[in-house]
Amino acid sequence: MTSTSLLETRALSEAEQKQAAQLEYIWREPTGFIGWFKAVHHTTIGMRYVVTAFCFFLIAGLLAGAMRIQLAFPESHFLSADKYNQFFTMHGSTMMFLFAVPMMFEALSVYLVPLMVGTRNIAFPRLNAYSYYLYVFGGIMFFVAFFCNTGADNGWFSYVPLAGPDFAPGKRADFWAQLITFTEISGLCVAVEVLVTVFKLRAPGMSLNRIPLFVWGQAIVAFMVIFSLPAIMLSSTMLLLDRTGGTQFFNPAVGGDVLLYQHLFWWFGHPEVYLIFLPGTAVVSTIVATFSRRHAFGYLVLVLSLVSTGFLAFGLWVHHMFATGIPQIAESYFTAASMMIAIPSGAQIFCWIATLATGRVVLKTPMWWVLGFFFVFIMGGMTGIFVASVPVDLQVHDTYFVVAHFHYVLIGGAVFPLFGALTYWFPKVTGRMLSEKLGQISFWLFFIGFNVTFFPMHLVGLRGMPRRVYTYPANMGWTLLNQIESIGYIFLFLSVLLFMGNVYRSLRRGALAGPNPWLAGTLEWATSSPPPKYNFLHLPTVNGREALWDAAPNQPVVAGLDEDCRSVLTTRTLDAEPEGKDEFPGPSIWPFLAAVATSIAFVASVFTPWGITFGTIPIAITMIGWFWPVKQAADRRREREIWSK
Amino acid sequence: MSLLAAIPGFPSNQTSLNPAGPAAAHIEHTFALIFWITATVYFITLAVLMYFVWSRRWTLALAPIPQPTSDASDRLATRAVAAAVAVTVLLLFVMLISSFVTSHRLGKMNDQQALTINVYGHQWWWEIQYPNEAEPYRMVTTANEIHVPIGTPIRIHGTSRDVIHSFWAPNIQGKRDLLPGYNTDVLMQVDKAGRWRGQCAEYCGMQHAHMSFYIVAEPQQDFDNWMSAQMQPSVVPGNIQAMHGQQVFLSHACVLCHTIRGTTAGSHVGPDLTHLASRSTIAAGMLPNTVGNLGGWILNAQALKPGSRMPPNQISGPDLQDLLAYLETLK
Repeated sequence: MTSTSLLETRALSEAEQKQAAQLEYIWREPTGFIGWFKAVHHTTIGMRYVVTAFCFFLIAGLLAGAMRIQLAFPESHFLSADKYNQFFTMHGSTMMFLFAVPMMFEALSVYLVPLMVGTRNIAFPRLNAYSYYLYVFGGIMFFVAFFCNTGADNGWFSYVPLAGPDFAPGKRADFWAQLITFTEISGLCVAVEVLVTVFKLRAPGMSLNRIPLFVWGQAIVAFMVIFSLPAIMLSSTMLLLDRTGGTQFFNPAVGGDVLLYQHLFWWFGHPEVYLIFLPGTAVVSTIVATFSRRHAFGYLVLVLSLVSTGFLAFGLWVHHMFATGIPQIAESYFTAASMMIAIPSGAQIFCWIATLATGRVVLKTPMWWVLGFFFVFIMGGMTGIFVASVPVDLQVHDTYFVVAHFHYVLIGGAVFPLFGALTYWFPKVTGRMLSEKLGQISFWLFFIGFNVTFFPMHLVGLRGMPRRVYTYPANMGWTLLNQIESIGYIFLFLSVLLFMGNVYRSLRRGALAGPNPWLAGTLEWATSSPPPKYNFLHLPTVNGREALWDAAPNQPVVAGLDEDCRSVLTTRTLDAEPEGKDEFPGPSIWPFLAAVATSIAFVASVFTPWGITFGTIPIAITMIGWFWPVKQAADRRREREIWSK
Repeated sequence: MSLLAAIPGFPSNQTSLNPAGPAAAHIEHTFALIFWITATVYFITLAVLMYFVWSRRWTLALAPIPQPTSDASDRLATRAVAAAVAVTVLLLFVMLISSFVTSHRLGKMNDQQALTINVYGHQWWWEIQYPNEAEPYRMVTTANEIHVPIGTPIRIHGTSRDVIHSFWAPNIQGKRDLLPGYNTDVLMQVDKAGRWRGQCAEYCGMQHAHMSFYIVAEPQQDFDNWMSAQMQPSVVPGNIQAMHGQQVFLSHACVLCHTIRGTTAGSHVGPDLTHLASRSTIAAGMLPNTVGNLGGWILNAQALKPGSRMPPNQISGPDLQDLLAYLETLK
């Protein structure tokens, strides 16, 4: 029995050193070029998610820069109409499907959830690798198409009939539809992994009411992913079938329905927004608790707010469609439902303020980003009430007011917490601290730049500027506001550049972090930085909501796991009492090959529906290879079954 | 909403904050109510937050882990959070009821004596029809310019001929999508004379940015005069040049898409040109209706509005001059 007490830094005994060496050997990741594609550990895959999603963030941000140059002058010819329409579609689609969800949900939860619940890897690690490769291949396909002048140009929601076969010739909309398939399969895979990890692999003692708020947030997002993503896969597949397979789902001339597409899309699309910012609020809960030096105030309220936001998210998709002419009774219902979302959001915000008010506030860079989050996200929530009210929405819908609103919600609710999270967990991931000074400068640049860019959009929207226009006449009174917005972009650009410079510098010369530089309370801080591939030398047990703060002086650890395989402890869903042992699969090339085969089928189906028919053959072959039974593992499983009886 | 309207540029002819009719005015009241409530709540919340952050500042090295909390302070915090949530709910109800009342008023507008105007969205222009049930042959068809009498309820009966468009003249009424396969009715009324600008608000393809229209609100007498002029077939060319211009029109690709009532040109793909010269703009509000713009538009519309359905035309210089002279007579 050893202790996971917070401040103890104790030299390892000889037996422990041997144990560590054995774990190191069992959990090692393959090396070499081929080995890179075999990796299955959640920190490895999680890092790849972070880096990839950040690259897409940069690309989509550069596209936004080009749009800001175009809009800085009326009737400008910097971008042609066709280019601009591709740019804004690529910007929106990339930010939503290749940055926001993969970063906020997939990247953060794949890296952090297993560490936070105190286990050695994410559930279904090979599926995790597969989902990552699908995500990357989808993104690559989308951008290769874009660089071949086949970039999607119908907006990130590709309404029919504009994106249908009659009005969108060429392959642009097909690549968009298949991007959806790629990223949504990837999201669904991760949702399953996260849920199983959260509900079956928690450290003993981490009962449901002790799960860290960050993990609660990601678990609820995982549920929302499972309920919302199938709707958009359905609508984008129907779109693709209309385009390549000759079906007529959305063709009004033969009884198809253009509104059906919108209902399906927004059934996904509204929860999508929440599954971008709920991880953000989960990050905020974590950072607020750590830097107020106290347990989050109102744990139960915070969790129930997350749950109710998750439910409500599915009840208000129609507020994106008020302008289509909705019966009055439905209008009233969806207005009320949309406004109701302010109640759990408000409750969360009040709980955070109460935490700060009753704690002692430490103003480190992650906390600055969270303070920025308050300023920006609350503003986005307030403008959300305008959008929820049907009559007001009829005036602001599809104008720059809405553009301002959702950038305040999404950048406020996701990007500010994300930069907070990157700063907060950087020492855990790399073992080095980011520079406080550079971090604070980039925060202020971002905060100022953000408001200069996006606040005037409210005004220009109220002055009547619709969104998605590639240019505007000079006499509309929009020019000055647009120029201010474009200047704000320069600040945002510099801020992100400085942030990357800070990362680069700190990777080489940052101060060593040690296991727990912020003296935080959750389990990821109980292991070394960066964590070893087996995560914890001794699997921890948990006494309270902040495992390290609440640990007893002699907190027990888990013993009795097998040392000759990737053994893992499973626990019961409600009370996290130990239930049994299981074994994680090791590195394998098959998930990568299966992802390649799947991608070939999807890309081929852009050109012909036969792509799916013939594409399933290599998928089947790689899946057979993937699931081919291994004798030793089967034997061990049989032994464990005897053991558990 | 006097606050925003005072800023230069706001009282314009394309803003919801400068209502020219009862519908926009009702919406503007709800907007103002929500604006003042949310702005107040925003500043109070952030002031409270900043007060606590500033007064509770500490440094990492000195702060205990975890900060011990007393039951008394937590009880106070619980009460404060509960009170804040209660106030939130209360304010939401105020805004909700205001929103319902406005919706109700918009639905209650007098539609018995309403003047019906059909609006068809096209990529990227607006087809406007004034149906005439008594004398269907005198139905007026025009484009991108909607004349209405002030103080009279109007029913916009809309649909789309291709993709989804959204009909929006913010000074007068909220927007309404025009969906292919659906017919939609929206009631409005203009009380102030003027040229109110509107624009397509649903992304509809390459030239979405150049799909605007004007609502010309004028006294009943002026409107009646305009209407009776529009009901007439096109003028018969009065001189040699215009007569030749008409021949140029009828012998070129123009007739494949356009109608000029009173001639053999009767296709409905593009805008009706019977009274082209009475309209103040061309290309859906993009260009002033001048001879120069019209000439450029006829020769190479693609250079002005890339992607538009108007093809380039090969017309010799003298023919173009005559054609323009003819089109100029179409008052």
